[in-house]
Amino acid sequence: MAYIDLPKELPGIRGPMAFRPETAKPLNELAEVLLRDDNNTLTRGERELIATYVSSLNDCFFCQNAHGGIAQHYLQCDMQFIDAIKKDYTAMPISDKLKSLLSIAASVQKGGKYVTAEQIENAKTEGATDKEIHDTVLIAAAFCMFNRYVDGLGTWAPQDREIYVQRGPRRAEEGYIDFDLYK
Amino acid sequence: MPYIPLEDHLPGITGLLEYSKETAAPIRELTQVLLRGPSTLTEGERELIATVVSHRNQCKFCVTAHTAAADVLLGEHETSAKVKEDISTAPVSDKMKALLTIAAQVQQSGKAVTTESIQKAKDVGATDIEIHDTVLIAALFCLYNRYVDGLATVTPSQPEFYQGLGQRLKDHGYNRLPQGYDHLKKNNPVH
Repeated sequence: MAYIDLPKELPGIRGPMAFRPETAKPLNELAEVLLRDDNNTLTRGERELIATYVSSLNDCFFCQNAHGGIAQHYLQCDMQFIDAIKKDYTAMPISDKLKSLLSIAASVQKGGKYVTAEQIENAKTEGATDKEIHDTVLIAAAFCMFNRYVDGLGTWAPQDREIYVQRGPRRAEEGYIDFDLYK
Repeated sequence: MPYIPLEDHLPGITGLLEYSKETAAPIRELTQVLLRGPSTLTEGERELIATVVSHRNQCKFCVTAHTAAADVLLGEHETSAKVKEDISTAPVSDKMKALLTIAAQVQQSGKAVTTESIQKAKDVGATDIEIHDTVLIAALFCLYNRYVDGLATVTPSQPEFYQGLGQRLKDHGYNRLPQGYDHLKKNNPVH
């Protein structure tokens, strides 16, 4: 049970978002611009994968499955692929640039100071732009916020992971702004 | 030296917020609502939450900036120093001690927050919205601290820089200044 009086039918971040619309608005706007804005050379799938990976490192069940489901939809892959990325992305058939960015995201998850000049240099060598590096750091940092928000208030999460996979296409379609928290 | 090209006259978070205005807008709005919006916690109390979390994340820029903001708002330097040292003996209310304890747990991880620390906060009068805002302020500063240090932004060493920044955060809050930040160029060097 959540630590504060949230609408009981809403899982994960949707409970606190319904509880406090004033903060939900900029939180959703941040997610929208970071994860869905078209003015970005990282695909939506790549950005959702960074979000999923950081959420799994933070052990946030709701976020890693919600964003894993969306990533799965964008990347047209199965849950095994997403799980394998979380387990060891270095062994997966993704671009070297994305691997270098996931490495930076993992350091950000531990703490800002863990990001090294070598990691940044490696990402640039693999072709990552300044904006891609910026966005990777900020997506990782943002999910260190979202994950703490979701778990720090003791919200509940559906345990059937298929539910998140089924919701993925809808969130991909509707985006993070102007969606109905109760649907 | 920052990992990406940021303006020399804008150290710490400000350079990042100017580098990416599209993401800065919601981050600023969220901060303004949480730290300056209507609340039963004072602005000074909310700055103390930001200070404690930034301190525990060892983000020198953020902890110095928010210590300065808290000091300006509280009109003294003792409280901010003491909450960084030891929450349990700091000169703040029992409710603030309970909320700062929750914030310190959020700094570690969302899962580190215990039902005992929540119950304790409620027992000493914390409302649901105060608990909500404490958790989200703490989580937000876990974002800020990682953003600032993860891109290796510049941390000025002069105390006057932070005194000026603390005053600016009291006077103007977290909204982008209407005139931008070009006027700060004359205040260089910041290193």
